[in-house]
Amino acid sequence: MKKTYIAPNIERNSAGNMNKYGAKSVVRHQDSIEGVLISNLVKEYGSPLIVLSEAQMRKRYRRLHDVMQMHYPKVEIAWSYKTNYLGAVCSIFHQEGARAEVVSRMEYEMARRLGIEGKDIIFNGPGKSPEALRIAIEESALIHIDHLDELYLIEKLAKELDLVPQVAIRVNMDTGIVPQWSRFGFNYENGEAYRTVQRLLSGKAMKLRGLHTHIGTFILDANPYYWAAKALLDLAQKIEQDHGIVLDYIDLGGGFASQNTLHSQYTPGEFASPSFDQYATAIGNAFNESSYVSKSLPTLVLETGRALVDEAGAIISSVLGKKNLPTGERAIILDAGVNTTITAWWYKLKVTPTRSFPGAYQNTIFYGPLCMNIDVIRPAVPFPDLHFGDIVLISPTGAYNNTQWMQFIEYRPKILLITETGQVELIRESETLADIIGRERIPEHLSKI
Amino acid sequence: MDYSKLTNLAMNDNGFIFDPASGYSYTSNETGLYILKLMAQGLDKDAICQEFMAEYEVNEDNFNSDFEHYMRMLEALALVEF
Repeated sequence: MKKTYIAPNIERNSAGNMNKYGAKSVVRHQDSIEGVLISNLVKEYGSPLIVLSEAQMRKRYRRLHDVMQMHYPKVEIAWSYKTNYLGAVCSIFHQEGARAEVVSRMEYEMARRLGIEGKDIIFNGPGKSPEALRIAIEESALIHIDHLDELYLIEKLAKELDLVPQVAIRVNMDTGIVPQWSRFGFNYENGEAYRTVQRLLSGKAMKLRGLHTHIGTFILDANPYYWAAKALLDLAQKIEQDHGIVLDYIDLGGGFASQNTLHSQYTPGEFASPSFDQYATAIGNAFNESSYVSKSLPTLVLETGRALVDEAGAIISSVLGKKNLPTGERAIILDAGVNTTITAWWYKLKVTPTRSFPGAYQNTIFYGPLCMNIDVIRPAVPFPDLHFGDIVLISPTGAYNNTQWMQFIEYRPKILLITETGQVELIRESETLADIIGRERIPEHLSKI
Repeated sequence: MDYSKLTNLAMNDNGFIFDPASGYSYTSNETGLYILKLMAQGLDKDAICQEFMAEYEVNEDNFNSDFEHYMRMLEALALVEF
């Protein structure tokens, strides 16, 4: 029998590139997800394949909830639909007790489809349509007001419907992070947020239930959450002092980082991203220092999605070919590209072989199947020699890929959920031509070629 | 192509290669080492390809592509000259 072939490779030996994090230089393989063999999944469901782990989602949700409760007992988590709005994923978090946090009419309808009542929906977002607001008011959703025109519109709708909308004010502020996210809501430092509260209360049309902020995304420092919580609690205290209104909740939005590593980041995500404990300590300190909290005990709401679901997702992809680049790097063409894995543009995703490989590693760049130069899953990384049909695992990819994926030249693949008991459930079929052209209309004069 | 330098390399079977002329050492994988040994014996590309197809599970196109790439690596390390 002939020997297995590996592409020839040679490297000059040099003193190792030491780093204080002791990152492993050996590429370890992973042949299963939650105990299910990857090769069996590909055999049964094909490639590429998106796989999500129910156990990981539940574990991380419970961990976040427990850790937050250690610092402040009255905490609620709202599932951020935009992070991943597959029905199965949302239902897992709702079963755990999460409200729904939506930012558009489409997401609102998704939450209602899953049986979430309006009163358990937080309606964020900067662009709510009059129709969407009308439904949200009728169903008593918690509407987070982003700008004055929206406030005026809600007042008008409240009069028309003869209902009292349940609302919160969105507040932006300087928490020390750069760039400052100032587009959502009303500014804290220049007094705009408080003036908006005064305007809202003077209209006597709605019930102010809480305050909300969303300070940014992938926040790699826990301290900004301390300043955000402190600002909102100070504002809540002023509202109580001046108007006698006690708010039900303080919503600190999302933004907790997952274990992914940004392209601009030198330190690997598993070392750089704050733990749930660090975020919880920062927020808990602000709450426990506040005299308003000791008197009124508002509910703390968190809408962090990425840190709950990113690590629960991976993409299984097969090698379609390999080539040698003039730069000396090896290029691998995978059957999954940025169409299914858009977060490859933000993160240095982990690419892991699914079987052991002998021999030395070579700098390898992973491309997807799209005819665009920016279809790069992972820029050069030391990797063993791959062959046509070899399978790799791309992770973590649970957040934002199933919502921001692109319909570009390929059908979207199947999505599997591995349940807590190790069952494999198909939670989204792969697309067919009918899914793509189903809503098209070809004019009569173009119907014959 | 001049690959006379290769005849002076000390190679062991684990892929450790030492160049006494420069003092540099290298690590090669099994197939890389095999090519170096065949080249040091004076075999040309076609003969090396035949040896590989007899010994390994590889077709001519794949091997030729990898061989060319390997030559670029050796050139970059100044082990062969074109």
